[in-house]
Amino acid sequence: MNSKATDLLFCTLEIADNALIMGHRLSEWCGHGPILEQDIALTNIALDHLGQARPLYQKAAELVNQMSKEEKEAAFKSPMLSRLFEKSKHITEDDLAFLRDSWDFRNVLLVEQDNGDWAQTVVRSFLFDTYNKLFFAQLIHTSEPTWRGVAEKALKEVTYHSRWSSEWMIRLGDGTEESHERIQNAFQNLWPYSGELLMASPSQKIHSDIYPSVDAKAYRQEINRILETATLTLSEEDSWMQAGGKIGNHSEHLGYILAEMQYMQRAYPEMEW
Amino acid sequence: MNFIKKYYYGDIPEEKGAAQKQAQSNHENEWPLWEVFIRSKAGLDHKHAGSLHAADAQMALENARDVYTRRNEGISIWVVESVHIHSSNPDEADSFFDPANDKVYRHPTFYELPEELKHM
Repeated sequence: MNSKATDLLFCTLEIADNALIMGHRLSEWCGHGPILEQDIALTNIALDHLGQARPLYQKAAELVNQMSKEEKEAAFKSPMLSRLFEKSKHITEDDLAFLRDSWDFRNVLLVEQDNGDWAQTVVRSFLFDTYNKLFFAQLIHTSEPTWRGVAEKALKEVTYHSRWSSEWMIRLGDGTEESHERIQNAFQNLWPYSGELLMASPSQKIHSDIYPSVDAKAYRQEINRILETATLTLSEEDSWMQAGGKIGNHSEHLGYILAEMQYMQRAYPEMEW
Repeated sequence: MNFIKKYYYGDIPEEKGAAQKQAQSNHENEWPLWEVFIRSKAGLDHKHAGSLHAADAQMALENARDVYTRRNEGISIWVVESVHIHSSNPDEADSFFDPANDKVYRHPTFYELPEELKHM
């Protein structure tokens, strides 16, 4: 049984880690976009996600610093963080981003899936952005002040993200034979990862009064609306869904992501530009 | 029988307009070029900001938003396909613009305003 503070920490990390890992994945496209304008569009979106992550990590660090030593050691199993706890040091947002091992990350499995081709990236963003649009629309009413502040700014950003990914779904789906095939395949591959977004983690259930859940029907409706215009099909509406990310059980991908993302901080601790 | 049909501005369908000439000369996969005009928060007019490629108007607007307004440069965007912009010929600049230089009688500076109106 976690303390309520620990659950609040985990909830904050769920939202922050989604933003960080998605932002990182999109940043991998930098310099490799199919056309200049889309390269810029995608990196802008990546920066938006990172901008949402930062204040949430700051809040999470605050929460950690207020916890007892026992609570801290129970919350994380990352050796580099434990070192700081042993020395009773205060942690910062950077420590949370760069010193946690994959089992302490709480992002959904969807955002760590690889970029693949343009179609796969579009589908991954489409599934995530549709959720975010519905999620942040509710989060602006939460009584948790940091989350509310982030949501107020983020809602405008994710509205544009959703527009971007929905339009690309339509362009590729209702496009050439090749684009249709690629995006249909990408959708089949990634759809089983969408369910996790709608499943409340144990921590979320404890804080359901401040952490809104997105209604599955509403989500499905938004998805179907775009699929129809994109002439795409969803073969099994109630297929089995992948899960585990929210409680720290991740796919192989996260290991590689963190190896790249955390390398500099771990090799040159506390380095600065 | 297209050559005897009269087109009004706005009626010209994509295949028959100026874009067709460009599509024939470009590689099949190249998107048309668009000119972007941005109006800043404090401004009254849209200023030319640059150009970009896009498949259609909707995408051109979004690309312009991503490329030319990311540093808060503006609050309004106009996009026009480059083929629809016609410009004066720089070789004819002499005869086009020089004659206006020495015709001071065309400027409204010869009226004397009465005292009461001097601070209008």
